[in-house]
Amino acid sequence: MSNTLFISLAVLGILGGVLAVVLYFVAQKFKVEENPLIDEAEACLPGANCGGCGFAGCRALAEACVKQAAEKGNIDGLACPGTDMGKVAAVLGLTAAAFEPKIAVVRCNGSCQNSPSKVHYEGADICAFANTLYAGEGGCSKGCLGLGDCVKKCNFDAIHIDKETGLPVVDPDKCVGCGVCAKNCPRGIIEVRPRGKKDRRVYVCCVNTDKGALVVKNCSVGCIGCQKCLKECPFEAIEMRGNLAYIDPAKCKACGKCVKVCPRGSIHAINFPAPKPETPALQGAEPAVKPQPKPEPVEVKTEVKPENTVTA
Amino acid sequence: MNPIKTFPRGGVHPEENKLSAHQPIQDFPMPKQIIVPLGQCLGAPAECIVKKGDRVLTGQLIGTAKGFVSANVHSPATGTVAKVDVVMDHTGYYKPAVFIDREDQDEWIEGYIDTDELITDIKLDSKQIIDKVKECGIVGMGGATFPTHVKLMVPEGKKAEYIIINAAECEPYLTCDFRLLLEKTQEFLVGVKILMKAVNTDKGIIGIEENKMEAIELLDKTINAHRDLYKGIEVQPLKTKYPQGGEKQLIKAVTGREVPSGKLPIETGCVVVNVASTYAIYEAVQKNKPLIERIVTVTGKSVKKPGNFRVRFGTPADLLIEAAGGLPEGITDVINGGPMMGKSVSVTNFPCIKGTSGILLMTLNEAQDRRQTNCIRCGRCAMACPMGLQPFLLHKLAKQNNFDETETNHIMDCIECGSCEFTCPANIPLLDYIRYGKAKTGAIIRARNQK
Amino acid sequence: MNKYTISGSPHVHSTENTQKIMYRVILALVPALLVALYYFGWYALRLTFVSIAACMLTEWLIQKFLIKGPLTINDGSAALTGLLLAFNVPANLPIWMAIVGSIVAIGVGKMAFGGLGKNPFNPALVGRVFMLVSFPTAMTTWPQAQPIFEKGFFADAVTGPTPLGILKESGVGSLAETGDMQFLDMVLGNRGGAFGEVCAIALLLGAIYLLARRVIEFVTPLTILLTVFIFTGICHLVNPANFIAPWYHLVYGGLILGAFFMATDMVTTPMTIRGKILFGVGVGLITVVIRLWGAYPEGVSFAILIMNAFTPLINKAFKPYVFGVVKPSKK
Repeated sequence: MSNTLFISLAVLGILGGVLAVVLYFVAQKFKVEENPLIDEAEACLPGANCGGCGFAGCRALAEACVKQAAEKGNIDGLACPGTDMGKVAAVLGLTAAAFEPKIAVVRCNGSCQNSPSKVHYEGADICAFANTLYAGEGGCSKGCLGLGDCVKKCNFDAIHIDKETGLPVVDPDKCVGCGVCAKNCPRGIIEVRPRGKKDRRVYVCCVNTDKGALVVKNCSVGCIGCQKCLKECPFEAIEMRGNLAYIDPAKCKACGKCVKVCPRGSIHAINFPAPKPETPALQGAEPAVKPQPKPEPVEVKTEVKPENTVTA
Repeated sequence: MNPIKTFPRGGVHPEENKLSAHQPIQDFPMPKQIIVPLGQCLGAPAECIVKKGDRVLTGQLIGTAKGFVSANVHSPATGTVAKVDVVMDHTGYYKPAVFIDREDQDEWIEGYIDTDELITDIKLDSKQIIDKVKECGIVGMGGATFPTHVKLMVPEGKKAEYIIINAAECEPYLTCDFRLLLEKTQEFLVGVKILMKAVNTDKGIIGIEENKMEAIELLDKTINAHRDLYKGIEVQPLKTKYPQGGEKQLIKAVTGREVPSGKLPIETGCVVVNVASTYAIYEAVQKNKPLIERIVTVTGKSVKKPGNFRVRFGTPADLLIEAAGGLPEGITDVINGGPMMGKSVSVTNFPCIKGTSGILLMTLNEAQDRRQTNCIRCGRCAMACPMGLQPFLLHKLAKQNNFDETETNHIMDCIECGSCEFTCPANIPLLDYIRYGKAKTGAIIRARNQK
Repeated sequence: MNKYTISGSPHVHSTENTQKIMYRVILALVPALLVALYYFGWYALRLTFVSIAACMLTEWLIQKFLIKGPLTINDGSAALTGLLLAFNVPANLPIWMAIVGSIVAIGVGKMAFGGLGKNPFNPALVGRVFMLVSFPTAMTTWPQAQPIFEKGFFADAVTGPTPLGILKESGVGSLAETGDMQFLDMVLGNRGGAFGEVCAIALLLGAIYLLARRVIEFVTPLTILLTVFIFTGICHLVNPANFIAPWYHLVYGGLILGAFFMATDMVTTPMTIRGKILFGVGVGLITVVIRLWGAYPEGVSFAILIMNAFTPLINKAFKPYVFGVVKPSKK
């Protein structure tokens, strides 16, 4: 009995030893020489492999950084949208452009209330497909279809469809601004914008370039291209794209003046302090304000709370 | 009569419901203002060449084809251009269109031969015919609206052996082609002769499903009565099975040849043309009449007076529904085209265009229960697929965004006939996912080919 | 005013749905159930009721409290599993065993994989095989058929060997001696065995209904029966003393039930015709091998389960021929 035990142990032990030696030599033989900097650079990256940088994954970006650093002595143009590239640059002994944190914003407010559904969709839950089939339940051919292609593609669980409004909502704590959602939105509603100073940002929550009359038909909060904001803006940060106002984040100083003049409530300001008492009077003075269930044009937000950040 | 043929694999047999088969074609009066969309065919929309205030004659060119796959658009009425603006099409998207305030009398363009008599003598030669077809903006009127002149231009090195006329009309409910065959038999047959001349062949085959026996007999009789005139034209009865009128299925059924995967039908020496297009070609070549009208079937089980109407393009569809007895109670599905391949409609006042073969009104009952359950892997979709694909697999792969696998599983061969989804006991929107996968896979393939 | 529905084509669908398919299979099993009631009386009724109820309850509980997904208890698939499970066990099986078997069938065989359509193995057979290895004695003590008109509905079960059991234990000769070789009795169901499998006529009646309604296809059952017939036929020709004539193999045991009602389960069997043929041949071969040389007298359940495991591979290997694609030349 003890004999059997001994033999088994011996055989297995010797086998293990021999194989370990073989493995060691094989590993030496086929060793791949890699720059250790790549590992270090990769360690600075989030490791989510979201693809937002344009490379296949974080390691691919790290490799590209190391390669470009060796060839050109800089890492310009290579950036992880969610991370400060300064850390990577430091690893490589370089300096990187200042990091500006970004966030995805959903530029449509055509919720079930603002753009009531006229038809009923039944089919695959894919925006890209529904986009080929019809204009949308609310009738707006540029608005959100609400089937959640962006939600499915997000690697950070940072965007969700709000059941009440039927629109996607970005979770500012989780969003790194990689832009995967923006790439996968068939209607280009989602835009990656700088988070702004103190996390305050102003944007036009509409992408409809149609004439005002057509927009009004389908949506109570869509931009009609009246250009009031354009005239109001002291920094020339607003430009017209067709019949749509667009706020250039590079020029916008987040003064919030445009928000007040917009007759449609299409311009959203995020994380601004609560409006002072005179604001209602100012709004009342606007002739074009319609008596409608207004989605609060000024977002009242002091505490960072994930809910209802982007859409009302 | 020739023995009945069919395509070998797959296919389904939906209820035929040819409710309007015995309603003669009625001329539909035009409203005061007609709205002519500029994009009426597959491919690029036409470029507008008129402006506000211009007076246009019936048949006058108002939009020129832009690009290779594109077709001219003509004014369907005499009147003044009110504006060039956008109009909501059946999907709810805004598309460019010409609004024309109509005058009561039609004033035709120069060269139009206004006669109801049959003109059998074909004066033009092959090249002239194709030019004429192009000039008159004729497209495939079965629904796909592919420009016909592109089909007729046989590429160098290829030879068209057969002209196959797609008279299968395998879509349930629709009867517009059937009525045209019955009422314009001779004109249609001359149209086939013109097509045969256009591609230099002496063989023309008309493929008809056997549920249209009346048309088969009438065509046989007419051909036999004028043997010299219609030499080379044959009528081929086909089994009543969907999608018998699919281009590849039709070629397979009629000639036994298979269009190779990823290739065009001309590889098999066949050119397939729809009945309505054939008739339009007759009118274009013999009477110099551009494509400005078509037969539209308005139908549905709860429709009071289903009918076939000759409609000028730009007439809003809700007027047609009105003429068919008004919108019945409880309609949940309005479809532009037939029930198998037609498109859902968001608004009923969309203008009729070249591809509007029918307007189908269905209640929830007719459209069937769409409650979705799990796939039970019964494999009926694969049995029903006329292309030998595995829809359940493609559905799964498309859902996973696995577009390498969809390509190797031949997603690009899908003809989008909908047999799989029709037969699915779990009511899974298979075709929705396959279309999505096809679009994505196609984009990937195109991007790769460009590199 | 109702809103228009926007959906991708096609806009009409066949009237078939999953529920109809399941209830048709259940309906097709009713003749066999009636025969079972005739021969096994109260026991059969009790067992059928218990296992259907246990299966449905298990599925409902899991969907309601574990998965928290939509409830699909009405689709008939759980009821069908319960019915098939009952059909595959001895009628006098203790009730609690039937309940355990049902829980395993639905819980492990089906819901663990995600519910209907996602299970790789036939749930009823998973339950049966679980019981067979867990309660070997109870699962192989077969009551004999005793018509209720002679013994009464609540007659006590009299246990005895099944024809296949006799074959396994004592060989061909003994079977002939005991007089259990009566072919007619075998076909009508007047014999020992699981109560659903005994009457070939009633099962075939149901199978014809299913074939007519196109719920099942004839390919799989036919290839199974043919394979069993040919294989056992060859054995019989080689050595008639050791191997019984092939037609007995067709009606013995659960072959008919298995071939028509379990090997045709859509979820766990191949989709293409060629795949189905391969599946059928596999089931037939394994069945015969177990019957003739294995430790168990009956092997249909094992054969089907083993081939279920190959189904994904078969599906992958035997794809339909795609229109317009030139077949790669076999060289």
